[in-house]
Amino acid sequence: MNTHTNKHLSKYQLALAAIALAVLLLAPMGLKKYGVYLLSYWMLFVIATMGLNLVLGYAGQKSLGHAAFMGIGAYGVALMQAQGVSFWLALPLAMVACFAVGWLVGYPALRVQMHYLAFATLGFNEVLMLVIRNEEWLTGGTFGINNITRPAGFTSDNGFYYLILAFTLGICALLYLFLRSPWGRAFTALRDNPLRAESLGINIQRYTLTAFAVGAAIAGLSGGLLAGLVNFIEPIQFGAQQSIMMYLMVVIGGSGYFLGPVLGAAIGVVLPEWLRDFQGWYLVVFGAAVIALMVWLPGGLLSIPQTLKDKKAAKAANEARAAHAARLQAEQEATNAGVQA
Amino acid sequence: MSHPLLKVNRLAKAYGAIQAVGGVSFEVQAGEIFGVIGPNGSGKTTLFNSMLGQIKPDTGAIELNGKDISNASPLQLNHMGVGRTFQTLQVFGKMTVRDNLIVAAQEHQGTSFNRLFAAPDAGLGTRADAMLAQFNISHVADYMAGTLSYGQQKLVDIAMAFMSQPALVLLDEPCAGVNPSLVASLRDLLKDLNAKQQANGEKCSFVVIEHNMDFVMSLCHRVMVMVEGKVLAIGRPEDIMANTAVLDAYLGH
Repeated sequence: MNTHTNKHLSKYQLALAAIALAVLLLAPMGLKKYGVYLLSYWMLFVIATMGLNLVLGYAGQKSLGHAAFMGIGAYGVALMQAQGVSFWLALPLAMVACFAVGWLVGYPALRVQMHYLAFATLGFNEVLMLVIRNEEWLTGGTFGINNITRPAGFTSDNGFYYLILAFTLGICALLYLFLRSPWGRAFTALRDNPLRAESLGINIQRYTLTAFAVGAAIAGLSGGLLAGLVNFIEPIQFGAQQSIMMYLMVVIGGSGYFLGPVLGAAIGVVLPEWLRDFQGWYLVVFGAAVIALMVWLPGGLLSIPQTLKDKKAAKAANEARAAHAARLQAEQEATNAGVQA
Repeated sequence: MSHPLLKVNRLAKAYGAIQAVGGVSFEVQAGEIFGVIGPNGSGKTTLFNSMLGQIKPDTGAIELNGKDISNASPLQLNHMGVGRTFQTLQVFGKMTVRDNLIVAAQEHQGTSFNRLFAAPDAGLGTRADAMLAQFNISHVADYMAGTLSYGQQKLVDIAMAFMSQPALVLLDEPCAGVNPSLVASLRDLLKDLNAKQQANGEKCSFVVIEHNMDFVMSLCHRVMVMVEGKVLAIGRPEDIMANTAVLDAYLGH
């Protein structure tokens, strides 16, 4: 819940990060084509859900339209490339477009809160789907867009894997710095207690709107890379179901935990693959698992270590308080004794 | 020409047929500790909420340093230099005590864009440490605020209101729920803070709404007594205590 308040990473955390990085760098060499694809796909959802975590976990806004921004990113990159625009220009342009649309959608939508915001963003997602489905001349309608090219130098599966890895690490680093700055503290404050936050000069509307638009731009990045990864996009990939799936990934991993999306996306991407043997039943199994998790662990998986840490801290605070009280009492008694003498 | 720091002029607010505040006027000077007392239903809270931008008065004006603030939002008021506390505890439980103090002032440090690249403590570490010492809570600086005792959280809560070096702090029943021994030390802390601010030349006025008579009378420079939405008396604590009208109306003699 307060990852950003840890001012410095511990040696243990740095070692863990180094191992994870080494594994990710070496993984393609030991994996078959499908394994590399699955890891790439997972990282794309790490990027996207980190953006959603900013909106949901940090700014506390329940958005169910995140896949729409992925869609804008994917279609934007695919369509611009079809017109001969370079991938390297198309990708940032698509992100800027997502930021702008996020700002425009967020401005009215963030005036409503909680489940109303969820409905508003869900509605936006559906409208965008309808536009993509119906404007066949532009988007190919339900047939989607084929043969999307990858940028030169990254055309192989392994090459594109490393490109996605670089973007994932870059987004992680930028978000880490973003949330470590005073902005991160403002987010924690306004999510915890908006009334008090406002009385302390925190402009809630500006912060939540910025989070929403930045989250949208990050989803756009993920979508643009997705177009290159799968070479083929169609509307269904960016429907409301995908938005709900990403929402669940954030919640399962631990909403408001910096690394929650890493875990949540792994579960959201890999588990359906494993459960494929159950065929139609996999959604039932997955849904049941989510419900069970929400009942017993509403803070998500990463809340487990935090809960243990909080308990320890509460105990330490109790002891410190008792010691302080004892010291005060001793001082008081000493003074009384002095007065009597 | 010098203005009083806070000037409330003929403020009135009615809820239907009930005149909650009926033409209240008073002034608070820079650096003054000003108490507002009155029985339940005397209009204190309505007056307070109007000063804090939470309700819009029907008529009358509220001026801060000569500038009308009757229509300012709570957010704008904070940036104009008005700090506040709430009747109930409003600390951020999931943040450390030091972070609670820093977040209480960081929005006054440069622009939002600057803060994106600022040090994590927004350059407020020293000021936060001084405030922790002032409120005797240095030893719990790194604890999550939610794990502290009620009394300590109350101190954090009040310290937060002063972090942005405001010109005016409105304290809404600071003694509510606080044990008697802490009430006395809270009064001493506030008096000491006020004296230090005077000595430093940064004059901050406090307006205190409170039911605890001893606290108000021993803390405030001047006290205003409200009854049924009107001002019954304004004066120094000793004069108020000797005022027969006040004794009749408020203390029920």
